[in-house]
Amino acid sequence: MLDAVGVSDPDELFDIPGSVRFDGDYGIEARSERATRAAVEGILDESPDLTEFLGGGHYDHYVPSVVDHLSLRSEFLTSYTQYQPEITQGFLQALFEFQSLVVELTGLGVANCSMYDRATALGEAALLADRVRQSSGETVLVPDDLPDRMRSVLDNYTDGPGIGVDTYPTDGGTVDVDALADRVDDDVSLIYAATPNARGVLEPELDTVGDLAADHDALFCVGSDAVALSVLEPPESYGADVVVGDAGVLGLPTTYGMGLGLFACREDFLRQVPGRLVGAGEDGAGNRAYTLTLQTREQHIRRERATSNICTNQAWLALRAAIHAAWLGPDGLVELAEECVTGIEETCERIDALDGFTAPVYDGHHFREALVDCVEPASDVVDRCREAGIALRTVEDGGEERLAVCVTDTNREQVDALLDALAAETEVRAV
Amino acid sequence: MSQEPRERSDDAGDSADPPHQQARWYAGGQYEPLLSEKRSKSVSVDSSLPDDLTRDELELPALAEPEVSRHYTRLSQMNFGIESGSIPLGSCTMKYNPTFTEDVAAHRGNRVHPHRADADKQGILHLLYELQETLATIGGMDAVTLQPPAGAAGEFTGIQVAKAYHDANGDDRSEVIVPESAHGTNFASASMAGYDVVELPSNENGRVEVDALEAAVNDDTALLMLTNPNTLGLFERSIEEIAEIVHDAGGLLYYDGANLNSLLGKARPGDMGFDIMHFNLHKTFATPHGGGGPGQGPIGVGEALAPFLPTPQVRETDEGYETYEPDHSIGRVHEFVGNWLVLVKAYAYILRHGDEGLENVSETAVLNANYLASRIEYEVPYGPFHHEFVASADADAGDVAKSMLDHGVHPPTTKWPEIVDEALMTEPTETESKARLDDLAAAFNAVAGMDEDDLAESPRTTTARRIDQASAARNPRLSWHALE
Repeated sequence: MLDAVGVSDPDELFDIPGSVRFDGDYGIEARSERATRAAVEGILDESPDLTEFLGGGHYDHYVPSVVDHLSLRSEFLTSYTQYQPEITQGFLQALFEFQSLVVELTGLGVANCSMYDRATALGEAALLADRVRQSSGETVLVPDDLPDRMRSVLDNYTDGPGIGVDTYPTDGGTVDVDALADRVDDDVSLIYAATPNARGVLEPELDTVGDLAADHDALFCVGSDAVALSVLEPPESYGADVVVGDAGVLGLPTTYGMGLGLFACREDFLRQVPGRLVGAGEDGAGNRAYTLTLQTREQHIRRERATSNICTNQAWLALRAAIHAAWLGPDGLVELAEECVTGIEETCERIDALDGFTAPVYDGHHFREALVDCVEPASDVVDRCREAGIALRTVEDGGEERLAVCVTDTNREQVDALLDALAAETEVRAV
Repeated sequence: MSQEPRERSDDAGDSADPPHQQARWYAGGQYEPLLSEKRSKSVSVDSSLPDDLTRDELELPALAEPEVSRHYTRLSQMNFGIESGSIPLGSCTMKYNPTFTEDVAAHRGNRVHPHRADADKQGILHLLYELQETLATIGGMDAVTLQPPAGAAGEFTGIQVAKAYHDANGDDRSEVIVPESAHGTNFASASMAGYDVVELPSNENGRVEVDALEAAVNDDTALLMLTNPNTLGLFERSIEEIAEIVHDAGGLLYYDGANLNSLLGKARPGDMGFDIMHFNLHKTFATPHGGGGPGQGPIGVGEALAPFLPTPQVRETDEGYETYEPDHSIGRVHEFVGNWLVLVKAYAYILRHGDEGLENVSETAVLNANYLASRIEYEVPYGPFHHEFVASADADAGDVAKSMLDHGVHPPTTKWPEIVDEALMTEPTETESKARLDDLAAAFNAVAGMDEDDLAESPRTTTARRIDQASAARNPRLSWHALE
């Protein structure tokens, strides 16, 4: 090969001025595959094995074995974006089916292939509102319980176009619709509300929020996730224009916060949608075939006028979510969602029965997680649970430090251990 | 590779499939049906929640596991990955993905929740710290954030960091300069961050025109975004002069890491005068592209910009590793740390290779590109190129690409950069052997000189024949609901 190219050493092919040549070392010693695995796994093993009742934006459900086995097929895993649809029909069809799943769950006409996570999906929703709204308003309203992390991402996304972000109050754990009615005006381009919300409560009055948004020509953006939406009323039915959230509750176990941003919107906004879309068309033989479509929205064609800069997204995780949903089927999805309702409800009842604890703090129906009050400082309780091998967290809420507890199918069997740890220094009241 | 592609028989039992036929599932004239066409079921939602919160019914496919497995296995058979054959897409760096990194990603120690206390996630923080430091060394940068979840997200993050830096200096700047041959994401990211984009023409050698740059920079210049080697595979030999021009005007220099695969062990963006750079871990460091992600786009910065990086960063202390917020952090660009598993796989890849292995990656990538270019009967107007080259097709590059599909390979990137007529932007990567490069060359050459009608008829051996993208866009059907 060197002869064909006409050099005696590949280094001769580098047309780099000597003044910027790197002649140092990185200082990394090569390892065998075995030694590399041992090194990396050794580092990972420095984290203890804990039973987690965390949550707060990253949720763990059991992912069936079939999801790994199918998604890890190299034809899927190692393929590129489907710019040559004739040889990537398989992935395109899987993404088309994922989009269809999201359409079914949200009731909205258009779903894209994915965003990075729920926070960036919300950021994109704010930018979408800025593009499609007829009047000139440029304030996004978010509830005062929006997690700081999501707010920070939203602030970065809205910084460029100069969109303002403002909060509206919640009361008793859910949207204060009267206060929101007082706050919303024609300068508002988008109102965001989540169900379940950051406190784990299912919002009871989203139809009113939808009406308020419509009255002010603002977009109504609902945050939720693919499991919750399996039982909840489809957001389209109460006026949602956009749904964002996390679809990684399917197909993606706890992985230090990896996400699969879900993004759906009304069909009117089709040409303003951020991200990739797969459409059905026809091939030269007259057969149905799939292709990336409406690409003139995207950065590689529209450049600075693109609807988003997103290029690489979370396609493989969308595939995994689709496989997981197919494996569950509608019965399995509803059952899984029901478990998210009953698991936290029962756990709260049991915690509430302990001396010194009130659970949940807020009325209303909860999904997966709830806030808990305790007589002891919440951080002491977290420390005590940690001694028992249980990871809990505290949150600042309503000026108080509270416990947050998340229960899903993967930790429900450890609720007994959680109760034991919580009760360690209190008397268990007779139930 | 010399066989003529054959017409696909409509006979389902056709056993005389041509060699190098693209994987497909095709039986009895039927493609794999949608899940929804196999068996759907509407279940009424009988929930413990009140009716006004819940839906009445949920209608979705309902199949037993064996049917689910067959469905996705068939779909996989209609998909082309790097283990199916070469994917010489320019600027995409589609190299083989070592399988052991998947095993590392499956290790139990990855199953850690981000809300754990620092003390309870030392393994995670330790790896984040090591990777931060390693990437900083490879890039010649002072500090690295791993958070951006893709290359474009890295660009956006880098631009936000630059903006925060200028703001902190009381410096109001409104323009980002981007060469005309740059990746589309550069333009889009700058625009998203609220900047006006100034396009910079290339000179006759395919590089940045220094005079034009001097004319373009001024007090409004926030940033110049450059890829080096550029999208033609050419090293910007005037990089130090370019850096000086931009810095003298008070601007910053941004390095798009898409082409870093050509510089490992050879040169570092920090040493060239770049202030900010992103890494595409899913390109340079071999994490699988997954049909369009997840990737990860960490950014590195010089010392002056480090206080503006996203939060949290990780540092080493006497007690282990801890997270902290940089003094003037721009905040977050992802709710957590982006795609954790991509970080783990990239770190494993780097450790496995070590200094020599990484340098060998770039040497082989550049040698392979040069060898392939020497073997094809196409003009390559610009050189000397490194890990990629842009050939010029005599016919419509899109048609050439479709015809190459009939030769068992994925075609190169087409019609871009526009500086080359009917561009075929080609990056074979270091993981293709001489035999596979010869196959690729044969595919290129088999198509060269084909008459237009033949080209327009291709591809013939693929899962689907040529897809009418214009009509798919005119009549968008984006879910199975739209097919009913």
